[in-house]
Amino acid sequence: MTYSVSDIRKDFPLLDRPFHEKPLYYLDSAVSGQMPSSVSERMRQYEMYEHTNVHRGVSTLSQQATDHFEKARDTVARFLKASSSKEIIWTRGTTEAINLVAQTWGRQNIQAGDTICLTEMEHHANIVPWQMLSQSVGAHLAVIPVSDRGELRLDELSKVLSPKTKVLALTHVSNVLGTINPIKKIITEAKKQIPSLMVLVDGAQAVAHLPVDVQDLGADFYTFSGHKLSGPTGIGVLYGRKALLDAMPPWHGGGNMILSVTWDRTTYIEAPGKFEAGTPPIAAAIGLGEAIEYLSKFNPQDVHAHEQHLLRRASEGLKKIPGLRILGESSDKVSVISFVVDGVHPHDLGTLLDHEGIVIRAGHHCAQPLMDRFQVPATTRASIAYYNNESDVDALIQATQKSVEMFHG
Amino acid sequence: MADPRELYQQVILEHNKKPRNFGKIHSCTHQAEGHNPLCGDQLYLTLIVQEGIIEDIQFEGRGCAIDVSSASLMTTAVKGKTVQDALKLIQAFRALVRGEWNPAAHGDLGKLVVFQGVKNLPVRVKCAVLPWATLQSALDGSPIASTE
Ligand SMILES: Cc1ncc(COP(=O)(O)O)c(C=O)c1O
Repeated sequence: MTYSVSDIRKDFPLLDRPFHEKPLYYLDSAVSGQMPSSVSERMRQYEMYEHTNVHRGVSTLSQQATDHFEKARDTVARFLKASSSKEIIWTRGTTEAINLVAQTWGRQNIQAGDTICLTEMEHHANIVPWQMLSQSVGAHLAVIPVSDRGELRLDELSKVLSPKTKVLALTHVSNVLGTINPIKKIITEAKKQIPSLMVLVDGAQAVAHLPVDVQDLGADFYTFSGHKLSGPTGIGVLYGRKALLDAMPPWHGGGNMILSVTWDRTTYIEAPGKFEAGTPPIAAAIGLGEAIEYLSKFNPQDVHAHEQHLLRRASEGLKKIPGLRILGESSDKVSVISFVVDGVHPHDLGTLLDHEGIVIRAGHHCAQPLMDRFQVPATTRASIAYYNNESDVDALIQATQKSVEMFHG
Repeated sequence: MADPRELYQQVILEHNKKPRNFGKIHSCTHQAEGHNPLCGDQLYLTLIVQEGIIEDIQFEGRGCAIDVSSASLMTTAVKGKTVQDALKLIQAFRALVRGEWNPAAHGDLGKLVVFQGVKNLPVRVKCAVLPWATLQSALDGSPIASTE
């Protein structure tokens, strides 16, 4: 199938709607990716004609819902190249997946005096759960620093790791800088130094841009959120290596996760069920499966070439604006551009761009330690997806130019 | 939606570029810090109040143009005023950005009327209010103000 953005855009009614009586330019896919009509239609079909509960006895309707739900899990397993669907756990999103690991694997394996290694470019979702855990068990956090170009300082890796390091939790792609971290190389080096190290990779910003192979990367856990992958909100994924999942205690207790319950004792089913207490978001899981099917129609190389072309066009155009500085200049980055402008606060720029119909994010992007690292209170961030086109990027450049002139005029 | 350019008038842009009373009074009698957790704006106010009169007031911090110009114009407006008049002005300003200001009831606002346009930008009301909420805290003797 040839890559035609104008055809792709027909699948996204939102891209064609007016906004403040102007066209809408959606450059905020790192916040949430737009959902093609086929995904919302699939979810609507489930809710209108197939709705019931899963894993509920002998009713044919429930059996069919369970089949669709489990088929979506198989789709995710293939998407991540997991060795089995049993390694795929449904969660509400990346945040819940990381909390699950911190509260189960973490509580079982991390003791006072141990170290949890993070990086300076983490989203709060991959900081706060570890900080909460380390404060309650008396462990410490160690942090891999970020260079001025916005890349991990891997020359520091061996120094930041110590025999006490139990966990390395890091992002695959920075939501602020766009940097693609060399995960496979990092895991190989880190595990050479500490063979028992557990590595969790936050894939929230990676899955929409790069093919992922969890086995090739060597990740123990890998997480992402459906809504950043053109799927619905309320659903996400935790991949975990089978051996680790089997050894972990459950997190939430309740229905669906048990083998048998007596007043004396409860036994649990195997993963993934062990970690899925209660009724899951069934329509959302089916919708995420559909989103992955939709995206698999495209050749990843075409998507990459298209996004990188728009990234270059946006970066070159923005850099011509006096006083504008782009944060994150790795040669290996996804189509996310954060920038700051001398004398213009991102929130003021955000308000002005919003009025021009340009949807971007101005703020700290849930990465306050990274903002501190670059000594900025916030940035303006445009994020480009496979459905964006040159007009989106050109509108951003022009409106930014016009707004900055107003401030400096 | 109203054009935000109407809000970013010359007065606001100019006070953002060259804020008045920017700094810290070391021998202050009153102080407070203000936070806008949603966007990370922070503001520190120090004042000298003697016999019910605001003799001096300075602010420090970082924020957007709305926040900084609001702080700058606020300090020029309340310097030399009685605490009572300053408290009245805080109420008038809050009414202004909510679109409820009425000169007969709340009194004159002078240059501060440039913030009238904020009422059309609900997500930015907190930016304009932060300095005033912080002033209220300082005068009430509570050290921390938050817009959340
Ligand atoms: C890198 C990264 N990690 C984690 C998250 C959290 O994702 P969610 O809010 O869907 O749980 C995000 C979303 O902003 C992100 O960009």
